[in-house]
Amino acid sequence: MKMSDLHRRAARCMVSSRAIKLGVIAVMAASVQGCFEAPPMDTEQVGFRGVGMWSTTNPDITEQLVALNQVPAALPATPAVEGAPKAGDIYQNVQVLGDLSVAEFARTMATITQWVSPEQGCAYCHEGANFAEDNLYTKVVSRRMMQMTQNINSEWSDHVGATGVTCYTCHRGNNVPEYIWFEQDGPVTAGGMSGNSYQQNHVGTEVGYTSMLSDPFSKYLMGEPDKIRVAAQNALPMRGETNNQPTQALENTWSLMMHMSDSLGVNCTHCHNSRNFSSWEQSPPARITAWHALQMVPEINNDYMTPLQPIYPDHRLGSLDDAPKTNCATCHQGINKPLYGVSMLEDYPEWKGPLEGGTLDAPDYTAAPAYGDPNAVEPESTEPSASLVNPETSSKSVIQ
Amino acid sequence: MAEYQNIFTQVQVHGAGEMGIPVGRDTRNRVGKPIFNRWLGMLGNAQIGPIYLGVTGTLSLICGFIAFEIIGFNMLASVNWDVVQFVRQLFWLALEPPPPGSGLGIPRMAEGGWWLLAGFFLTLSILLWWTRTYLRARALKMGYHIPWAFAAAIWLYLVLGFFRPLLMGDWGEAVPFGIFPHLDWTAAFSMRYGNLFYNPFHMLSIAFLYGSAVLFGMHAATILAVGRYGGEREIEQITDRGTATERAALFWRWCMGFNATMESIHRWAWWFAILTPITGGIGILLTGTVVDNWYMWGVKHGIAPAYPEVYPPGIDPALGMEAK
Repeated sequence: MKMSDLHRRAARCMVSSRAIKLGVIAVMAASVQGCFEAPPMDTEQVGFRGVGMWSTTNPDITEQLVALNQVPAALPATPAVEGAPKAGDIYQNVQVLGDLSVAEFARTMATITQWVSPEQGCAYCHEGANFAEDNLYTKVVSRRMMQMTQNINSEWSDHVGATGVTCYTCHRGNNVPEYIWFEQDGPVTAGGMSGNSYQQNHVGTEVGYTSMLSDPFSKYLMGEPDKIRVAAQNALPMRGETNNQPTQALENTWSLMMHMSDSLGVNCTHCHNSRNFSSWEQSPPARITAWHALQMVPEINNDYMTPLQPIYPDHRLGSLDDAPKTNCATCHQGINKPLYGVSMLEDYPEWKGPLEGGTLDAPDYTAAPAYGDPNAVEPESTEPSASLVNPETSSKSVIQ
Repeated sequence: MAEYQNIFTQVQVHGAGEMGIPVGRDTRNRVGKPIFNRWLGMLGNAQIGPIYLGVTGTLSLICGFIAFEIIGFNMLASVNWDVVQFVRQLFWLALEPPPPGSGLGIPRMAEGGWWLLAGFFLTLSILLWWTRTYLRARALKMGYHIPWAFAAAIWLYLVLGFFRPLLMGDWGEAVPFGIFPHLDWTAAFSMRYGNLFYNPFHMLSIAFLYGSAVLFGMHAATILAVGRYGGEREIEQITDRGTATERAALFWRWCMGFNATMESIHRWAWWFAILTPITGGIGILLTGTVVDNWYMWGVKHGIAPAYPEVYPPGIDPALGMEAK
């Protein structure tokens, strides 16, 4: 056969099947659109060669995350003056930050305004001429959040290290941090005698789009957390020693892990050696840091977030009337070290721990009076995004 | 002149529809007047039908349809009868077995009852279809290679959904019916039992599965390559070895020192194919019943090597306190 014949034959085949090919390609492209991140990816070896210990990141997403996660310029520090009057002595009702000098106190208030209510300003927490009065719920919540920040930095250095957290770690200029969670009823099903989905088997937007448990947070991040360790710890089943956890228990654990992976922008091997996920001996050190987070976050939700429920106005509560709560994404926002590990504590040492005369004790909010609501006029305008990867907003979010 | 050898069959010659040889009274079960489809003819035989239904075929289709409907309507109910959501989330939806810890009793319909019913009808349908392959092979006086190969696949299906749950004493150990849910289950199952890659029967199953693909590719390539010498007449060449067989054999003997024969290559393929689910099924059946953590089992038996440390070995932070 001559070359020209080959060309002619090839051309004939192409013409006769071109329309079909184009159609097939169009359908395939449409069906996978949005399912994948475009290559290339960056990979970095994090373990011994040849054992699949790789860290994978998408440079396109990294670029967006870097832009979004910069620490704001610090306000000028106030000069330390020996014997300067303390805020607690000059002002009334300063329960947490009373040990700061008046100038430091003013600076702290200014930064909180910049970080949490840049639009509403002081009026977001202080109503009327008397700034000492606890008449807005936002002021009461904010005091509790200050205590929480000091508690995290002083008691949970196993997780936050010397880097620590400030209001900005979560708030980023929003009244309510962008990534919070509420308890869910689970997907709407027909119920009755139709098969129970056990809160699985739907698109799990919070758990890496898997079909597993859609709300791992209520199970593992509040109340008395469920057992996360469910993999077998003996080669053979042993009477009395085997924990007999079902496969579904591991699916539930895995849902939580998908949330962690998603929130931190890391893959499994950031914390685990995938040959044996449960082995601490072979795990990268980051797993120990993460373990402390799984002790810390339930405490945050149990001791700080949930008790505030009675004082929130309705539009701050979830569909089950529960208080907004914290998970990994609240601070991490797509990065394994929030704000790329840049510490703000040196600029704002007041958050390192409880100050002299300050308290970490919580008041009894159940007996609290009805507070005012600075958002009462237009509550929708500050509605937080409850979901890290809400399908409606995921195109805007870079954390996927 | 048109060429016969191509990725698809360009030349399709046919006369009146082929009705098949008369086999006793079975002829009346052959349904449908043959039709010809040019597009299917490019891939295989252009003739569609007649199809043999018979008692087992009909019952199998009915049972399969019942199982399909039970699964489908439960999926539809799980999105509150919303057809749009049913289509959007189809790959995520599932009919879940009874929750773990509910034993081997008859569960309530909402709590796995539909799953048990769907499993019953699906199993019945599959077993009836197996019977049908057996009876058709017998009717045509063939060997029983196809029914036994199908039985190997059924073995794996029954281990996953029936035999292993029985041994574990819990329907909750079974696999959900659903596309992604059964995949999530599979991966979770592996991690729950300490990584299935260290399960020797899983290793064998993978070796036979990939081996099947390799053998299939090697055989298909060899036959196509000697098609110009009549190599596609494999069955005749088993006993009447022609130049196609000679060349094919010589090729592999030159390349790797050894060659299969026109007959043995099909035994190789058949055994590789059926050993995939047979060994896989054994591996699943041993998991949780006989071995609880395959990685640790592998360490114990010297099949899981230790690698040099890259980071300092971690210590369980929960040691000394109650594990969470």
